Amino acid sequence: MKELHELNLPEDVRYSQDHEWARRENGRMRIGIDDYAQDQLGEIVYVELPRTGEVFSKGAEFGTVESVKAVSELFMPVGGKVTAVNTALADSPELVNQSPYGEGWMLEVEVTDPADYDSLMTKADYLKQLKAEA
Amino acid sequence: MMHYFSHTEEDIAAMLAAVGVRQTADLFADIPPDCRRKNPMQLPRPLSELELNRRMDHLAASMAAEPDCNSFLGAGRYDHFIPHTIPFLLGRGEFHTAYTPYQPEVSQGTLQAIYEYQTLTARLLGLAVSNASLYDGASALAEALLMAVRVTKKKRIALSKLIHPHYRQVVATYLSPTDLEIITLDYTPNGRTDLSSMEGVTDLAAVAVQSPNFLGCIEPLQSFADAAHRQGALFITAFTEAMAYGLLKSPGSQGADIACGEGQSFGIPMTYGGPGLGMLACKNEYVRSLPGRLVGETRDLEGRRGYVLTLATREQHIRREKATSNICTNSGLCALAAAMFMASAGKKGLRELASLNHDKALYLQANLAQKGLTLPYSAPFFNEFVVGFPDDFSRRYEKLLRKKIIAGLPLEDFFPEMTGQYLLTVTETKTREQMDVFVKEVCP
Amino acid sequence: MNTAEGSTGLKFNEPLLWERGRPGRMGLSVPSRDVAAAPLAADLTGPGPDFPELSEVDVVRHYSRLSQWNYCIDTHMVPLGSCTMKYNPKTHERQAGLTGFCAAHPLLPASLSQGLLQILAELESFLAEITGMNAVSLQPAAGAQGELCGMLIFHAYHRAAGRQRSKIIVPDTAHGTNPASAALCNYQAVKVESGENGILLPEAVAQIMDEDTAGIMLTNPNTLGLFEEHVRAIADIVHAKGGLVYGDGANMNALMGVVDMAASGLDVLHLNLHKTFATPHGGGGPGAGPVCVKKHLERFLPVPRIVKKGKAFHLREDYPDSIGRMHAFYGNVGVMLKAYSYIVSMGADNLKKVSELAVLNANYLKERLKETLDLPYDRPCMHECVFTDKQQRAHKVTTLDMVKRLMDYGFHPPTIYFPLVVNGAIMIEPTETESKETLDRLIAAFQSIAAEAEQNPELLQTAPHHSRVRRLDETSAARKPCLAG
Repeated sequence: MKELHELNLPEDVRYSQDHEWARRENGRMRIGIDDYAQDQLGEIVYVELPRTGEVFSKGAEFGTVESVKAVSELFMPVGGKVTAVNTALADSPELVNQSPYGEGWMLEVEVTDPADYDSLMTKADYLKQLKAEA
Repeated sequence: MMHYFSHTEEDIAAMLAAVGVRQTADLFADIPPDCRRKNPMQLPRPLSELELNRRMDHLAASMAAEPDCNSFLGAGRYDHFIPHTIPFLLGRGEFHTAYTPYQPEVSQGTLQAIYEYQTLTARLLGLAVSNASLYDGASALAEALLMAVRVTKKKRIALSKLIHPHYRQVVATYLSPTDLEIITLDYTPNGRTDLSSMEGVTDLAAVAVQSPNFLGCIEPLQSFADAAHRQGALFITAFTEAMAYGLLKSPGSQGADIACGEGQSFGIPMTYGGPGLGMLACKNEYVRSLPGRLVGETRDLEGRRGYVLTLATREQHIRREKATSNICTNSGLCALAAAMFMASAGKKGLRELASLNHDKALYLQANLAQKGLTLPYSAPFFNEFVVGFPDDFSRRYEKLLRKKIIAGLPLEDFFPEMTGQYLLTVTETKTREQMDVFVKEVCP
Repeated sequence: MNTAEGSTGLKFNEPLLWERGRPGRMGLSVPSRDVAAAPLAADLTGPGPDFPELSEVDVVRHYSRLSQWNYCIDTHMVPLGSCTMKYNPKTHERQAGLTGFCAAHPLLPASLSQGLLQILAELESFLAEITGMNAVSLQPAAGAQGELCGMLIFHAYHRAAGRQRSKIIVPDTAHGTNPASAALCNYQAVKVESGENGILLPEAVAQIMDEDTAGIMLTNPNTLGLFEEHVRAIADIVHAKGGLVYGDGANMNALMGVVDMAASGLDVLHLNLHKTFATPHGGGGPGAGPVCVKKHLERFLPVPRIVKKGKAFHLREDYPDSIGRMHAFYGNVGVMLKAYSYIVSMGADNLKKVSELAVLNANYLKERLKETLDLPYDRPCMHECVFTDKQQRAHKVTTLDMVKRLMDYGFHPPTIYFPLVVNGAIMIEPTETESKETLDRLIAAFQSIAAEAEQNPELLQTAPHHSRVRRLDETSAARKPCLAG
């Protein structure tokens, strides 16, 4: 497993307590799990995601991600309506390991309350949380 | 010294010294007085192996069994021929005394055999995926229904009244703590399920029928599947007699989403009803909702083909309260027996065996009909059928029992309206002579 | 790599059944036809399943070869914690295989099945005597079904008492089946953490036990191999709030002749005949999971029940409060016959000796191995002990690596990464049937592996080296499942 200084934590996303990230893109929000989460889970074998059109509040469970011997729930970093789902993950769940902020994205949502994003952690805050947890 | 122990007095002394206690009783010092036994266990004095043999021989002799018993009982357990290769191979300690194959490098024998079982079972039932087996046909049906509820997220299930009554009782037990509603489907005069009571029912998760059903009749699965799908429900077919699918169209080819039932007919002795083999297969799209173990093919570090338990995240030891079932193990050795049986029979052998079952049952039915007995249900059957005996037959039935002739199963015990009706079962093990004798005895 | 069949000494290859088969062969002798053929209606007749065709020789050789790729008790020590992999006496196979038993139809009238009914009735009474409980149902087909049966009894009890409850207390050391079984009964599992010494404290239970909690599920000895010494006080707390106490008896092998499970406060207890009572595991079943209850819960046991009227035994179904039927017939009778044979062969003194030797073996291993492996709870254990990989992690060697290497030394691995409360757990249950020499060999193997971890960690990380296949790619198996050929 990676040491904290080895983690890839980009500046252009915000982080949640539950290790999901959110990024503003063309008026929508992209959502996925961060490098720390994918590293902890190990090789991901299956991602269960909702359908487009479903609406979730911030913090609600929207799916699960599985490695060979573990299952983790996924929680919404921001509330909103799902406008797109990364269907590539059905056949290639390993994208979440390889490129958690790029090809391994999970949902695109139309945000209900823009303030949700502002309440998420910046890279610096998130690193502080990870250090505290360690 | 009991011959299952290896410890000599010297061993025990050396081990106690290594642990640092004086006697074995000291090892239990943490157990508080309020949890201890007040008196030693009161059990019979131990038997030597020879005494055990004599005792068990004596008790076994009191049981009615072939060859001195001429029984026409079926209804969920079937007296089929078992080639001796099966008990011989099953008796190998490497299969018999192995654990669940969690460590694949030292369990490839069990894993490949289960993978082969899954494949043959999927082919038998005409579906894409079979699990590694469940306890028995009844719990397989209960698990299949819970699976349909998970898949559809609906709350009602329709169950044919002609599913084995014991299976329906097991389903009721499994569902009793839930808020799921069971709708019972009545039967038609010709001995098939009548779907009319599910018309217009909403929130239907599954429609389940058994074929051949409890009266032995073959159900028109395709039209039932269409009806279930029109109402947005999964179609589940149950069976108690796996041998039938050597002859009948497979459930999968008739539109079943899930097929489940009992595999005892394939190389497993009846043993008073257990252990049996719960078979469960489904379409590929439902595989992540399947309960029970699954074995999958993969490669090792050097590229060799090998097998592992897979999709374990469905299971209790990982998903705990959110698991697809609480089941840990399967009916491993019974699944192995069934695989050996399916491999031994092969496509041609299974067809011949199934045809013999059907043809012999038809022979007996025709001969009984010729004696003037009634045949209450007209739908085609496989190896079980119902006859109506005259009103005073129950006394004769009892009398025949004393001669160890069992004239089938009285259906009145299960369906009060079926007075005088008996379910008779004929397998390939019945000779024409045994059937002729039987006809004479019941119709003197 | 040599892929030719049978050509690499004892590490031979063996194809899949359908790769071996050839159309036109048959592996069994079909009984003679003595009636005319009578075809079934064409609209009901199918083509028949696409099974491979093999001769009897093919079948025998196939399975005999496959069998040799398994470790099992008859060839190796299998020290799996909480699994009680003891020796399975061979005479049991003879007894369960007697024609009178294995050819018995379950719907035989009672008058024609007295022998079996008597055995089952006696087995019930033996299990009651061994546990101290009052009534037994042999019906559940496995430990997990026994557990479900127990939870259904909880559910029926609270319903009969007039108010259903919604929660159940499950300690953090519990088997995964416990919360899964509770969930099937709509009970929400509430976790309670064990104390620092691995023992559950009454105060922790008192804090969460309330009148909306159906009861508690306990495993005793727990999965750390420790006796829950406050079990009686915990039971009193649960009972005072109207709850029931369930005992997972998977670990009964430690307690026979010593502990009275009823006196310890349990209301319901399931046993695993395939653990404590020496019936074979069969590579994953069939087992049997009888349920034992105290008198006040007897009316809820599954039906049918065996009753004696005069001199004869009967099966009785009319128990209106029963949870109902759990099995198509009466459970795994074949397994019960073996457990019965075991108990009548052993008798009371030998069963007590079983527990004494099982506990002695575990404590001996614990003392001799604690210098080699980290022992998180250093106190007297019962029938099993739990180590960790803490001392080896510095060399980037994990529990998994060590136990894979253990295979090369001729041992089946212990249970690993369980219980979850211990990081990198190695849970060893030797059972009473392993001799001191075998234990000494296991100890020597671990000592040697610990030395290898320091000197040559890669040897462990790539182990096993001598098995039929090396480490298998479980990730690909789960990503692209191939479940049938």
